[in-house]
Amino acid sequence: MPEEGMENSKGGEERPKWNNKAEYLLTCIGFAVGLGNVWRFPYLCQIYGGGAFLIPYLIALVFQGLPLLYLELAIGQRLRMGSIGVWNSISPYLGGVGVASMVVSLCVSLFYNTIVAWVLWYLFNSFQEPLPWSQCPLNHNNTGYVEECVESTPVNYFWYRKTLNITPNMETSGSLQWWMVVSLATAWSIVYICFIRGSRPSAVYVTATFPYLVLTIFLVRALTLPGSSEGLIYLFTPDVRPLSNPQVWLDAATQIFFSLSVAFGGLISFSSYNSQKNNCERDAVLVGVINSATSIYASIPIFAILGFKAHTNYVTCLNGNILALTNEFDISDMNITVENYEQWFDSLNGTHPSRVSDLNLKTCDLQTFLDQSASGTGLAFIVFTEAVISMPGSQVWAVLFFIMLFSLGLSSMFGNLEGVLTPLHDLKLVPKWMPNELFTGKTLICLVLFLVSLIFTLGSGNYWLEIFNSYVGSVPLLIIAFFEIIAVAYIYGIGRFSDDLEFMTGHRPNIFWKVCWLVISPLMLFVVLVAYVAVQAQTHPTYPAWNPDYVNFPDTEVLPYPDWVFAICVLLSSVPVIFIPLVAIYRLICCMSGRHSEDRLHNDPNPYANEGYVVES
Amino acid sequence: MLVWILFLLCQVGAPALAQDLCQRDAPNGYKVRISLKTALGEDAYEWNQSEMFFFQATMAFAMRRHFQMETYNVDNIILCVQTSRVSFWFVVTSPDNTTMLIPKADVEKAVRMSRHRINNAFLLSDRTLEFLGIYPTLAAPVNPDTPPWLIVFGVVIGAVCVGIIALLISSLLQKRRKEKGMTEDGQDEEDMQVKGVENGINLDGTYNRGFTDDDRFTKL
Repeated sequence: MPEEGMENSKGGEERPKWNNKAEYLLTCIGFAVGLGNVWRFPYLCQIYGGGAFLIPYLIALVFQGLPLLYLELAIGQRLRMGSIGVWNSISPYLGGVGVASMVVSLCVSLFYNTIVAWVLWYLFNSFQEPLPWSQCPLNHNNTGYVEECVESTPVNYFWYRKTLNITPNMETSGSLQWWMVVSLATAWSIVYICFIRGSRPSAVYVTATFPYLVLTIFLVRALTLPGSSEGLIYLFTPDVRPLSNPQVWLDAATQIFFSLSVAFGGLISFSSYNSQKNNCERDAVLVGVINSATSIYASIPIFAILGFKAHTNYVTCLNGNILALTNEFDISDMNITVENYEQWFDSLNGTHPSRVSDLNLKTCDLQTFLDQSASGTGLAFIVFTEAVISMPGSQVWAVLFFIMLFSLGLSSMFGNLEGVLTPLHDLKLVPKWMPNELFTGKTLICLVLFLVSLIFTLGSGNYWLEIFNSYVGSVPLLIIAFFEIIAVAYIYGIGRFSDDLEFMTGHRPNIFWKVCWLVISPLMLFVVLVAYVAVQAQTHPTYPAWNPDYVNFPDTEVLPYPDWVFAICVLLSSVPVIFIPLVAIYRLICCMSGRHSEDRLHNDPNPYANEGYVVES
Repeated sequence: MLVWILFLLCQVGAPALAQDLCQRDAPNGYKVRISLKTALGEDAYEWNQSEMFFFQATMAFAMRRHFQMETYNVDNIILCVQTSRVSFWFVVTSPDNTTMLIPKADVEKAVRMSRHRINNAFLLSDRTLEFLGIYPTLAAPVNPDTPPWLIVFGVVIGAVCVGIIALLISSLLQKRRKEKGMTEDGQDEEDMQVKGVENGINLDGTYNRGFTDDDRFTKL
């Protein structure tokens, strides 16, 4: 539990402190390393030319990710407040940035914990023999398998029907799926228990380190599976041709940005619990580098296993063809094998071409199977679960995998909730009549968030989650980060910031950091923001719907968003961001109505001045 | 003499008749397909005449088991069109009249009834010993009373609830202990609160009034 420190930041109240440096670093790393490192980065690597993708990725890390990270950790540590307090201190007109961070963290917590709930559901279901997604269930009169399952695959059926019970489109909301509600309640309870009484710090020792252990285990296992080497070669063969496509650079920049979890406010809160004399430069570089290294390290077992899956699919496809040929021509059993299939096929096709063509043999190409890639929930719940079925001892691997995803998600949830709770705490928004000692503030917030996130347990919940993910977790963050860097570099002043850094770390920031904060990072952020919005605006907003009655089922039906849904999307993107100008205007009005004297204090958080100022709530 | 010629004819004719009864795509026959190497791999036995005889015996057994009245014999099972796949056709003749074939439907019923025994006789399964046209019945799904996932969920949520309650109680106890401690040395608290908050830093120790700065400005 964070000890009560001996330094105050405001009138008499003590700020909790980290027990030791390792706890702080592990919490930051746990927040930054999340599900995206495992299921987004390998996918990007794959589609953008394997090893060559590292070039834009590392450039984005060095020139955009690390400066932003350093900036956030530094201001949090210096000003010793959550995100709202910090931006209020830098400039009261920019207090809206903090509010925007808090609102974004709030929205992200809602849907992120739903993903954790899905992981828990799969985890609970992994303790069965056989795994429920390995075979189709029988239909109600036991004459055959369920049609929806036969037309797609058992894995798809389990995800779309048994887990989500998804509706054919967004207009049909469906009802609350009780098993999902139960999983969601479990997820929120676990988050809650880790948050009360500060038992979170002890939890991070496990949640931050366990994924690495599991990744290593998977790496060792995966390398012994057949086909893994093909997957790895496929991943790491560098192909520099895609680099000429600007989309690659855009995706690298956004991936670094979202992966580091900046602009959520969580990192500011974490570093605010540090003592002021902490070397945050080293911390920032460490967290950033470890985050990227984790992404790269995670992609190795992922691709080894995907290679194994492609190999298995290829062999199954070939075996199907072999069986057809063997049965048709009454060739001795097992005379045609995977190795000599080509020769047999050529000779049979030469002698009896009509009979061979009547068989409608499938073309089996390993490259096609390797090209089948997926990211996000598709990777974890469809592709990976399919691979796990073919591995001996499937239950063990499934359990390990989902526990790893769970701890990745949980450690990121800590950061998300931190970005919500600390500003609320700093703003003293919790009413006086609520006894704070019994952590009723946290209880209430967790309860409210749980109730609101029940939206995602509806039949159409997955569609809503995708909307939240695309519209809340993207553009608002870019805008907030842009304002952050402008605020610190130009409004707070790079000179004053360098003084603060000298006070904290003992040396002034070198020319690289200064150039990044002043020019390179804001420019990159601006370009990325504009490009991202431009790309989004070009594509008409559509979503893939799972509709069993669709003509081309099992392909997903691409439907446009209904107008009311699109209005909600726009609202989700703009509501967090609208606080920035709103608060500025509000302050301006207050300023003009003569309450100017109080504001002057906020503009001068000089380390050598009296620290006894009060945050205006 | 006539009897002898008739006997000779029967000996020659019977197989020929049998050949007519059993042929590829016979209306009352079934094709059997066996995949030994797929099923048994290294331990696959060789399919030879003895195995064919065994098959005839097994089918005769299946027929007897189904139609409990009639006594079928190996001669009633006629095999033909063997390939190296291994696959062949068979028909079943009635024990009373060797020219009459048992209808397809009855053969199917007999096979379905004894399918498990037939499979096991040859160390094969539904997939590796196929009767083309007779589909294996799908295995009934194992439906436990409580879904397993519910059990795991129950364990996890129970542990979490116990944890929450434990933390709640311990924090309540701690609060009560702190309050008790506070009221006992309330005197000291008052002294400490007087000095305390200079420049926002909570000072340790008691305030020594000997060092008050009433002498800040030295007297000239």
